Amino acid sequence: MSTWVGNSLVTLGVIFLVIGSIGVLRFPDFYSRAHAASKPDTLGLMLTILGLVVIEGATLSSAKLLLIVIFVAIGNPTATHALGRAALRSGLKPWSRGKEEA
Amino acid sequence: MTDLWMAAVVTALLLPFYRVVNGPTVFDRMVGVGVVGTKTVILLCLVGHAYGRLDMFLDIAIAYAMLNFLGAIIVSKYLEPESGPQ
Repeated sequence: MSTWVGNSLVTLGVIFLVIGSIGVLRFPDFYSRAHAASKPDTLGLMLTILGLVVIEGATLSSAKLLLIVIFVAIGNPTATHALGRAALRSGLKPWSRGKEEA
Repeated sequence: MTDLWMAAVVTALLLPFYRVVNGPTVFDRMVGVGVVGTKTVILLCLVGHAYGRLDMFLDIAIAYAMLNFLGAIIVSKYLEPESGPQ
C-alpha cells in the first residue's frame, strides 16, 4: 500500500517537472518563464521527494529528504523572486500581446 | 519504474539547456540554470534510490540545493542596479 502511494506521488511529481521544463522552453517572456520555472518545479520536487519518503519509511534518510523539501520550498521561490526583482529594476519590460518578442 | 522516472527527469533536465544557451537576456539564462539545478537535486535522489544507498547521495543533494540557491541570490544581487542617489 505505501509503495503504491509513493509510486503515484513520484510519478505525479515527475509529470509536473516535465511540464515545467516545457513551460521554460515555450513561454514568450522572462517573467512568464520565471513563473514556469518556479512553481511547477517546486511542486514537482516536493511531490517526488515526499514519494521517496513514503517509499523509504521512517529512517535517517527520510529526515534528510524532508530537510531538502523544506529548504527548497523556502529557497526556490526566494531565488526566483530575487531574479524577477533584479530584472524589473534593470528595466526589462513585461511582454504584452501585439508586441514583438523582446 | 525508477528507470522511467530517471529518463523523464533527464529529459526535463536537458530541455532548459536551450534557454541557457540562447536565452535573449541574462535573466533567462539564470532561470534555466536554476531549473537545471533543481532537477539535478531530484536526479541525485532518484539515483540513490536506484542504487539502494540513498544515504550516500543525500548529502550531495543537500549541498547542491544550497549552492543552487546561493548562486541565484548572488547573481541577482550582482545584476540588480544600485538603488539610491545616482
